[in-house]
Amino acid sequence: MSIVSAVKGFYQILKAMAVTLKYFFTKPLTVQYPKEKIRLYPRFRGRHELQRRPEGLELCVGCGLCAAICPARAIYVEAAENTDEARFSATERYARVYEINYTRCIFCGFCEEACPTGALKLGHEFALARASRGELVMGKEALLQPATPHAIILED
Amino acid sequence: MDGNWIDTLLIPAIKAIVVTLGLLAAFAYMTLAERKLCARFQLRYGPNQAGPFGIFQPIADALKAIFKEEVIPEHVDKWLYVLCPVLAMVPAILAFAVIPIGRPIVIAGHTVTLQLADINVGLLYPMAVAGLGAYGIVLGGWSSNNNYSLLGALRTTAQIISYELPMGLALVSLVVVTGTLRMSGIVEYQAALPLIVLQPIGFLIYFICGLAETNRSPFDFPETENELISGYNTEYGGIKFALFFMAEYINMIVVSALTATLFLGGWQGPILPGWLWFFIKTAFMLFVFVWVRASLPRARYDKLMRFCWKFLTPLALANLLVTAVVVLILRG
Repeated sequence: MSIVSAVKGFYQILKAMAVTLKYFFTKPLTVQYPKEKIRLYPRFRGRHELQRRPEGLELCVGCGLCAAICPARAIYVEAAENTDEARFSATERYARVYEINYTRCIFCGFCEEACPTGALKLGHEFALARASRGELVMGKEALLQPATPHAIILED
Repeated sequence: MDGNWIDTLLIPAIKAIVVTLGLLAAFAYMTLAERKLCARFQLRYGPNQAGPFGIFQPIADALKAIFKEEVIPEHVDKWLYVLCPVLAMVPAILAFAVIPIGRPIVIAGHTVTLQLADINVGLLYPMAVAGLGAYGIVLGGWSSNNNYSLLGALRTTAQIISYELPMGLALVSLVVVTGTLRMSGIVEYQAALPLIVLQPIGFLIYFICGLAETNRSPFDFPETENELISGYNTEYGGIKFALFFMAEYINMIVVSALTATLFLGGWQGPILPGWLWFFIKTAFMLFVFVWVRASLPRARYDKLMRFCWKFLTPLALANLLVTAVVVLILRG
């Protein structure tokens, strides 16, 4: 080992240590999660939210296009006819059973694009941990709930 | 004789207790400080949940280590296996005995030097005792009867024969300058000028060897967790593992304190009291230890050997030669 390469190596080490020292004086990136809210972009894709019309009727017409396009086969739709006594949506049919299996869903958003009525939106809810697998298959009631994610939604 | 026993027995005993307890407390908070500093180097916060700023984290860690189940694997050499953590830790604490941490103070007519023992071979003593510390690691790896532990122990052996020579030579050139091995004498010599100015190469050599001596990154070969799954301490758990950990950190504190004493002027310094200067300098060296760990990747252990034998040793010899010649000329 020559003196020259040793001096060069020493210079390289000092350079490396200058880099780490710079980061030492930078604010940490950690989000102290339950105390602080995490920051999400508006196009972040989280749990699905089924939408309603302003007067309260469901937008979903039970066509099953979302289930057809789903690459992970996570969606199960069973349609039924609306009657005058029990009316759920404005059209003829509605989704009697609407289930999304979150052990399978890959949050690709194809279902949202396929939906002809704009009933399905991927919201910002990201806290999807549950105590059992069964609870991860969410039915229509759960999906109709508007999400309240513990996050700050950023500007796009 | 009466009155004398205070100077010869009581005061050293109190000092010994204070040094031991102080080092243990310093170890506990060094673990926290290192975790916090490392975290900041990586843009994290580090432990901050146990108490304000995580100041109770060491206590939580200690309780956890103590109350863990005692597991002694069946294939180990029981005697050595239990002995080794102690064997590693005791020399680490012993080495601190000769380090002066402040100017002598007078309490009730008794002059108390803030140093456990001002022996005339002061500089030799920590070198010798730190050398003993390697036995704990080598025998710990051996007695674990495990391939990875043995490899860790082997690397410690390879490391110790590599770094001790340049380290000793660097300290010899320091002694040539000061003309004394006594720690108090070396500190007094630096009243005007810390020795790092006169011996910059000696300082660098000593510090690099200090990194190797304390098994710190980038020379942490005995425990290389990604190749040797923690090396010599793989089979250890609970408080026995904590003792090895303690040995490593106390060694680090001792090497930092020695660097501060030998090269940075010890407790000498303007305005502030001596012990505070000593503390600041030691803390700075400890920060550099963590800083180096956060910056540099681990070297290969044969590269350390080559570096020590083929580069540091000749450099230390050349440094010694130049120092000797200059001292000879200046003193006529």
